[in-house]
Amino acid sequence: MKIVIIGNGMTSYKFCEKMVAKAAPGSVELVVFGEEPRPAYDRVHLSAFFSGKSAQELEMAPADWYAQNDITLHLGDPVQQIDRAQQTVHSHKGITETYDCLVLATGSAAFVPPIPGVDKKGVFIYRTIEDLELMRDYAPKAVTGAVIGGGLLGLEAAKALLDLGLRHTHVIEFAPRLMPRQIDDNGSALLRSKLSSLGLQVHTSMQTTEILGDTSITGLQFADDSTLPADMLVISAGIQPRDELARLCGLETGHRGGIIVNDQLQTTDPNIYAIGECALYNGMIYGLVAPGYEMAEVAASHMLGAHKAFTGFDMSTKLKLIGVDVASFGNPFTPADQCRSIVFEDTLKGIYKRINITPDGQHLLGGILIGDADDYNMLLQTAKNKVVLPPNPEDVLLGARGGKEAGGAGVLGLPDEAIICSCENVSKAAICTAVTDGNETLDAVKKCTKAATCCGGCAPMVKDLITSTMKSQGKYIRNVICEHFSYSRQELYDLVKIKELRSFDAVLDHYGHGEGCEVCKPVVASILASLWNDMILTKGNDTAQDSNDRYLANIQKGGTYSVVPRVPGGEITPRQLMVIAQVAEKYNLYTKITGGQRIDMFGAHVSDLPLIWEELVAAGFESGHAYGKALRTVKSCVGSTWCRFGLHDSVSFAIQIEQRYRGLRAPHKLKSAVSGCIRECAEAQSKDFGIIATEKGWNLYVCGNGGSKPQHALLLAGDVDNDTCIRYIDRFLMFYIKTADPLTRTATWLNKLDGGIEYLRNVVVNDSLGIAAQLETEMQFLVDNYKCEWKEVVDNPELRKRFSHFINAPEEKDPTIKFEHLREQKKAAEWK
Amino acid sequence: MSLSNTATITWFYACKVEDVPANGGVCVKYRDEQIALYHFPRRGEWYATQNLCPHRRQMALSRGMTGTQEGEPKVACPFHKKSFSLLDGRCLSDETECSLSVYPVKIEEDRVYIGITGGGVHAGAMA
Ligand SMILES: Cc1cc2nc3c(=O)[nH]c(=O)nc-3n(C[C@H](O)[C@H](O)[C@H](O)COP(=O)(O)OP(=O)(O)OC[C@H]3O[C@@H](n4cnc5c(N)ncnc54)[C@H](O)[C@@H]3O)c2cc1C
Ligand code: SF4
Ligand code: FES
Repeated sequence: MKIVIIGNGMTSYKFCEKMVAKAAPGSVELVVFGEEPRPAYDRVHLSAFFSGKSAQELEMAPADWYAQNDITLHLGDPVQQIDRAQQTVHSHKGITETYDCLVLATGSAAFVPPIPGVDKKGVFIYRTIEDLELMRDYAPKAVTGAVIGGGLLGLEAAKALLDLGLRHTHVIEFAPRLMPRQIDDNGSALLRSKLSSLGLQVHTSMQTTEILGDTSITGLQFADDSTLPADMLVISAGIQPRDELARLCGLETGHRGGIIVNDQLQTTDPNIYAIGECALYNGMIYGLVAPGYEMAEVAASHMLGAHKAFTGFDMSTKLKLIGVDVASFGNPFTPADQCRSIVFEDTLKGIYKRINITPDGQHLLGGILIGDADDYNMLLQTAKNKVVLPPNPEDVLLGARGGKEAGGAGVLGLPDEAIICSCENVSKAAICTAVTDGNETLDAVKKCTKAATCCGGCAPMVKDLITSTMKSQGKYIRNVICEHFSYSRQELYDLVKIKELRSFDAVLDHYGHGEGCEVCKPVVASILASLWNDMILTKGNDTAQDSNDRYLANIQKGGTYSVVPRVPGGEITPRQLMVIAQVAEKYNLYTKITGGQRIDMFGAHVSDLPLIWEELVAAGFESGHAYGKALRTVKSCVGSTWCRFGLHDSVSFAIQIEQRYRGLRAPHKLKSAVSGCIRECAEAQSKDFGIIATEKGWNLYVCGNGGSKPQHALLLAGDVDNDTCIRYIDRFLMFYIKTADPLTRTATWLNKLDGGIEYLRNVVVNDSLGIAAQLETEMQFLVDNYKCEWKEVVDNPELRKRFSHFINAPEEKDPTIKFEHLREQKKAAEWK
Repeated sequence: MSLSNTATITWFYACKVEDVPANGGVCVKYRDEQIALYHFPRRGEWYATQNLCPHRRQMALSRGMTGTQEGEPKVACPFHKKSFSLLDGRCLSDETECSLSVYPVKIEEDRVYIGITGGGVHAGAMA
């Protein structure tokens, strides 16, 4: 059987995947035509493109997946005509293919209302990677953004504009409330006030009549004669099913678009199927990915002779809009005479929850959650599976009060057939079986069952199921450090703190066994340093340090060391430069400017290190901690003192920050930068914490990373003053130090953190855990306890003695060290 | 450390006990050769190996971190963290890597002696 698929979007890919899995090898030939230039990608996470995901990372599968599965893929080649009599399709590039079955998976296009001026420069739609690329290129020219459409996609587009750096963004909605299809008036009002606190102005009941400007947009004109200035606009006023091919070949379509299909997803020609957002089932277009996947499943099964039917799909959704949870499930709009509603509202915290239950109080019908949607999956499953509600139904919203467990709640209370992952249609039983079969991590379960691989919304429930299934088997899961310590880093940190242990041996005696090793020793040493900030080379702890920390220098090829004095903010005087030059010449060191705006001197013999540092310390230099998992540099641009664009003095702030956190030891190294304006010359958004001047203060970004896996930092707080910025950094760094796994950079830590940046923002900015004051005190303790460790070594003859190569010939250098000549300097001899 | 043929061992004085940091190592010069000496005070044990890491031929093992793997004493090279057993010198993290030469150590009063078999140190320990 030969199947031709038109469109290579999300459901097309899913259809191929299902066919490959279901059909006997060689029995089906698949040919796919895609109009877009790249293979199907994850449109649901399209916005991740702006937070640094590449187009390639978004792909559902790489192009060679299709080749490996013998699927012919024609990209950038839309089908232009279907000949139903001949059973052929003709493409733009002139390819003709015959088919036994044809699948239309053409999706939809953004609906653009016929407002005069939509063709002006600066007007965009939000559907494909190309759309986003155009927006990204235009955004630097724009200051004020607007979005037409206050639905799910419109709000997502508005967030994208904020992410692109447009400080003022407006959302214009025709209906009297936001997300009219998902939430009620009260929910909308709450969402609106939350959004406005994040810099998004919402205008409801507004009809746009014209887009103003000559060739480029300058503003919007509304029916009530008011106007709004805007230099960039995204139109997100709904979707328009791509049914043009179907109409052209005489298939029946709906008045408002969409290809009419039956329960098997067949169009009015039984050899032609339509799936995804182009299909009109029972008068309805399903604008979500999960129903599209279900359609792919039903159509694929039907072609292979199995009997499955599509009977409609639950349109429950949960999403995070600009950091605000919004969810609606079941039927949130049951008329008041057919249900009882329970409403909980906390305007202070910005939480609104409403559930509709049957008049007899037995079952849950649907509801709306705003501000806190943690219970979404549970509630959805409770509604879908008709789980009987506890005697006080409000317990499902508020949790049981008075010490009793909420009856019927919890994943374990769900029946085996409850669907946990609705995107991939995976039941609770399937997940539990996978766990019993030995798939004991989220990744393993994802691989084995595909649960949580699509929208990811069910991941917390899947994790709960893994834990509870393992517990029921008597297993306990923990991320232990190594064979010597059966604790996670976070657990050990807490224990060491409570017991006030101060040496590696003490920690080993209390909580470990054996002698330790190169894995746990540095972890414990780092915990001790992060807790007490004692001199790291104190007897007993010296040998627990990683080798570089033990010599306060980085070992280089050949066994010599490099020397990096701290140059806070990258600011250095001519006199200091001369000292560095003298020292480098005297000890014959190779010099190079580092990426962190300081000077690295290479090729120092271990026994010369104290001598070199003696001279540097005398000239006022301090250790740069280039050898430690510690704060490295706070890079700065020149800022307002010289630069004509500078808004604030970025150098002074960088120096202040670098001096505050110098010597701070952490699970991994920390880098920072401060830029004096949005042009971002200091590249602050690639740092663990980066600061960019705004007109009103500073924007604080966190968890960026250069290196092998670059990742842009995310905005933690906007327009804060110096003191607030430092307080937030204190909290952020201490929270990271306390909770990260060993050798985990902040970016990876954030990626693993449940709830991501929103959770982190809640902890750091809103103090949701109530620990902010404690974090600040702990940081202040470390700051107050800072001492330059090189100065301590230089002044302490006992410590200096450790810096020799031969214990029994301290004055001799390692005779095996060799250098080669390179461009008037030296380099380490090549190793074999 | 027990050796079957003590007769051919030459002991040389390396350093004082207090010169070697607890749970760490130092490098000892013997004629033109370099030997790494390690002290495990928690077990009351001493070990010595060649100082040269066979991986990239770096004189570095004395600066490595010591520890145990399932009770077996070991050292990890500071360059690429390859681990070697201090009992027989074999590489624990890479079977294909060459082994280290190991030497007996004895303590008399507060003095540490390292034993060299026959005429001298194995080729592997030489510069
Ligand atoms: C920004 C954004 C956020 C979203 N967020 C969510 C979310 O959180 N949750 C959710 O469930 N859904 C979300 N959606 C909706 C979801 O992406 C769609 O439901 C899903 O992509 C539909 O899949 P599809 O395969 O039907 O259509 P598409 O993914 O649009 O694929 C159709 C493909 O067919 C191609 N095509 C059209 N005509 C032809 C032709 N003649 N020849 C060849 N190729 C053709 C198109 O170019 C396109 O590549 C979001 C959508 C967007 C744009
Ligand atoms: S980031 Fe702004 S202030 Fe700093 S140097 Fe660049 S343009 Fe000037
Ligand atoms: S040189 Fe020792 S591990 Fe590479």
